[in-house]
Amino acid sequence: MNIYPDLFLTFAKVGVMTFGGGYAMLPILQREVVENKGWATEEELTDYFAIGQCTPGIIAVNTATFIGQKNRGVPGGIIATLGLVFPSLVIISLLAGVITTFSHLAWVNHAFGGIRVCVCVLILNAVVKLFKKAVIDAPTMIIFLAVALGSYFLTFLSPVVFVLAAAIAGILLKNLGVKKS
Amino acid sequence: MTETILLFLRLFYEFFKTGLFAVGGGMATIPFLYNMADATGWFTRIDVDNMIAVGESTPGPIGVNMATYVGYITGSTAGGTPFAVLGAVVATLGLITPSIIVILIIASFLKSFRDNRYVDSAFYGLRPASTGLIAAAGLSVVVSNLFYADALAQGFSLAVCNWKGWILAIALWILTNKVKQTKKLHPILFILASAVVGILLGM
Repeated sequence: MNIYPDLFLTFAKVGVMTFGGGYAMLPILQREVVENKGWATEEELTDYFAIGQCTPGIIAVNTATFIGQKNRGVPGGIIATLGLVFPSLVIISLLAGVITTFSHLAWVNHAFGGIRVCVCVLILNAVVKLFKKAVIDAPTMIIFLAVALGSYFLTFLSPVVFVLAAAIAGILLKNLGVKKS
Repeated sequence: MTETILLFLRLFYEFFKTGLFAVGGGMATIPFLYNMADATGWFTRIDVDNMIAVGESTPGPIGVNMATYVGYITGSTAGGTPFAVLGAVVATLGLITPSIIVILIIASFLKSFRDNRYVDSAFYGLRPASTGLIAAAGLSVVVSNLFYADALAQGFSLAVCNWKGWILAIALWILTNKVKQTKKLHPILFILASAVVGILLGM
């Protein structure tokens, strides 16, 4: 089988089997990409995943680009990524049409009312998990609070502003700060 | 016609920006979606809250699903289903293009990227910032769904709380954090259960 359709289809399969993204995808990638196809080793996958988490963009997309690139260069990276997002495009387009059609029904609105409460809790859980890894000392605590309050109250500012300021702050704090460590 | 083309170009640009600056995965795109709702008026913040639930309960990475959904809704304002699907494709491509570019660059000097002290120190600042952005987004989801936001603006009292919502939220928090048997369950199950509770209690 030609590798390109194989890359596309394998990552489409990973896309279909992933719910929620991020960590949910790791066991599926281990089975499909490491065990079945041998496109990456366990260690490489862990490396890609770690880098995918701390580079811009969706972790799953970043990991797919890495694996595709490793096996078939730039076209491989692009095709693996397109394969990964293809199921989302089909499923969400179908679903969005259905939701738009039924959104005037009272019970659909009640269902989403309940669902949005669940979303509050899911985001809270995600924040707690990220917080434990990201906020490790006083400067990171200050960055966290400044960005959280700043972006909540100054809604006219794009999140881009906070992201750039924090990256610069990180570089300054680590490289110009008191070199005690 | 020109307006339609501009709409799709802007859609691509907005998601390109999101893909380039959202660090830390799907949830990190939420603050950008809120900002997009405020800045463009293509959809509302309530739409974003619904998208989070849809993105989490359907196959595929949540960030990609939300982008597809936003693109679909935005595209549909330009015309019928073909425009909606085009919008879904444009938004998704916009989101993944920066990832592809950045990763292809990093892949060519993988080892030195991981050990670079400037990269490392930038992420020292980026991780708490990204967490802060998501926390602020979470706070606005809470304000709009667990309080009656218009009444809350007049001042805080017990009457501005959505009590049904609070009870459900506390129950969900306990089930997802404290109960051993349920905390590892997939979020889709909690979302479905919340939909049923929402219908039964008329939320």
